[in-house]
Amino acid sequence: MIYKVISKTEFRAFIDAIVKENRAYGPQKVDTGSNGKPIYQFMPVKSAAEIDFDYTVTHSSAKHFFLPYRDELSHFNFTDGNWEQEVNYEAPPTILIGLRPCDINAINILDDVMLHGAYPSPYYLARRKNNFIIGMDHLPLPDCFCHSMNRHTVNHGFNLFCSDIGESYYLSINSSKAYSFLKEFELQEPTYEDNCRLIERRKDIKHSFETKIEVSGLPCFLDIEFDSPIWQKWGDKCLSCGTCAMVCPTCYCYSVEERFDIDLEGSTRQNHLYSCNLVDFAQVTGGHNFRPKNGDRLKYRYYHHYRGFAANDNQQICVGCNRCGRACLADINPKDVINDLRLERESCLTCVLPSPSKT
Amino acid sequence: MNHLGFKMDKVKVGSFDFTCCEGCQLQLANKESTLPDFLNLLDIRNFREISSERHNDYDIALVEGSITRSDEIDRLKAIRAQATVLIAFGSCACFGGVNNLKNRIPQDEAIREVYDGKTIDTMPSMKISDIVQVDLSIPGCPVSKEEVERIVIGVVTRSQVSLPKYPVCVDCKQKLNTCLFDLGEICLGPISRAGCDAVCPTGKTPCLGCRGPADDINFASFKQLVKDKQLSIADMREKLSFYNGFAEYLDT
Repeated sequence: MIYKVISKTEFRAFIDAIVKENRAYGPQKVDTGSNGKPIYQFMPVKSAAEIDFDYTVTHSSAKHFFLPYRDELSHFNFTDGNWEQEVNYEAPPTILIGLRPCDINAINILDDVMLHGAYPSPYYLARRKNNFIIGMDHLPLPDCFCHSMNRHTVNHGFNLFCSDIGESYYLSINSSKAYSFLKEFELQEPTYEDNCRLIERRKDIKHSFETKIEVSGLPCFLDIEFDSPIWQKWGDKCLSCGTCAMVCPTCYCYSVEERFDIDLEGSTRQNHLYSCNLVDFAQVTGGHNFRPKNGDRLKYRYYHHYRGFAANDNQQICVGCNRCGRACLADINPKDVINDLRLERESCLTCVLPSPSKT
Repeated sequence: MNHLGFKMDKVKVGSFDFTCCEGCQLQLANKESTLPDFLNLLDIRNFREISSERHNDYDIALVEGSITRSDEIDRLKAIRAQATVLIAFGSCACFGGVNNLKNRIPQDEAIREVYDGKTIDTMPSMKISDIVQVDLSIPGCPVSKEEVERIVIGVVTRSQVSLPKYPVCVDCKQKLNTCLFDLGEICLGPISRAGCDAVCPTGKTPCLGCRGPADDINFASFKQLVKDKQLSIADMREKLSFYNGFAEYLDT
């Protein structure tokens, strides 16, 4: 990692130059909510002026740049009694601007799932390798809980990371590509004051978290609470609409559909991002549904995020961005669900008999 | 037609309209890019938007519109007797559709308002399944041509045909749309069947549920949502009743 400092004006000139030449996406205000607050999304941008650098959080994550909501896996051409398969792994070079540490951590988690398992995904790899990621830090929103998940800082998975130190950005340059891109622009070596400002900024971020979730020991709690009535309680609220999984930066479950071309001379196999909350997620051939109840489906989403990966891969795949909680129309969010679980367990611990004394 | 070494016969299709705007049938005749291939799958026996020929030896009947006159009942029963498979397509055929709005007011009042008191043979609007057995429903106002194509291909190739079971929100979120509830509107997206590509919310128009309820919806939670957002229950009911797809939920 190489550290430099760049003035905000010069940084904008740099961004302007790279987005003009490339396919680029950055945070943009797309609407104003009825509460008066701006709503942001990662949108295609053609100049630095189109980017809201001081945005709060995007409604949807940056996941779909790597895992498109719908992705053609292959096309089949039928010829007399036989068929040929065409597969296309090509992904256009893409620049992503303004990702938060939790967003980049989420991509690093997706890397573990998509690239470091027994069957790496060439589709994911093509997109991941052809991306240039510029991260930016921010002061947490009142409901961000990435600190609890230890995902509020990031040290890999990006090309360039910008920490806001007032008039300038403190740059962490993490790739030779980023270094050579920046050569044309005016950079300073960090001074002692710059380093102090960076440390202050980090402290400020760290101490600004208002939402805390206790996740240590959670896999064990979840095992114990498998039959808890809490799942039905939250399941009764769940609309099973899949919104949480769509906006989540790490939900990667999908379904595969095959469709004939209308001329019947070929077909496509499509990957479709799905959600374990959708009613037919666990429905199998013959029609049996292993999880017909809302509460069961909701439970398994929490198990995937907070238990399965922790047990198998020593990490929870939730990064604490709370996009699911913000987007959920039924007001279901990880903080309340997890606190509810722990509360039940801790309140029942109080009625356990005291330890027997020796005498 | 030959498909993977199997010979397939074209399916003999008749398309019929009852009380409706014929917009769904027009949808099928639209989208020129796929029209020749689409027609190539079919032996059109009776379809006035497409051909002036009239034959009554169809196997599959596509039925559009709701039933609002007594003579329509006889015609529909005759179609049912001929067809091996009867497909109700469009919201009017599947739920009664917009025509159903007239069921809310006394019939003579409706006639006076629209026809200035002329003698009109009409009765409360009914969906196709109120009269005859429906084998397959393709809802939508209008239907999605892609979905109809997919289902027709399924019928022709004898492969599985199904509608999405999940609600519109899935497709809407995939389009990165702003949730209309965040803009202070009531949208039926969370409880309506997907498959329309969320075309209305994408145009910032709340979903009115033209495709009817998704599978196993959580209506109680939806109603609570409208209350929690301090939106109007009367507005919600108005939307629910627009296409009549949510008739069974109106009294809950």
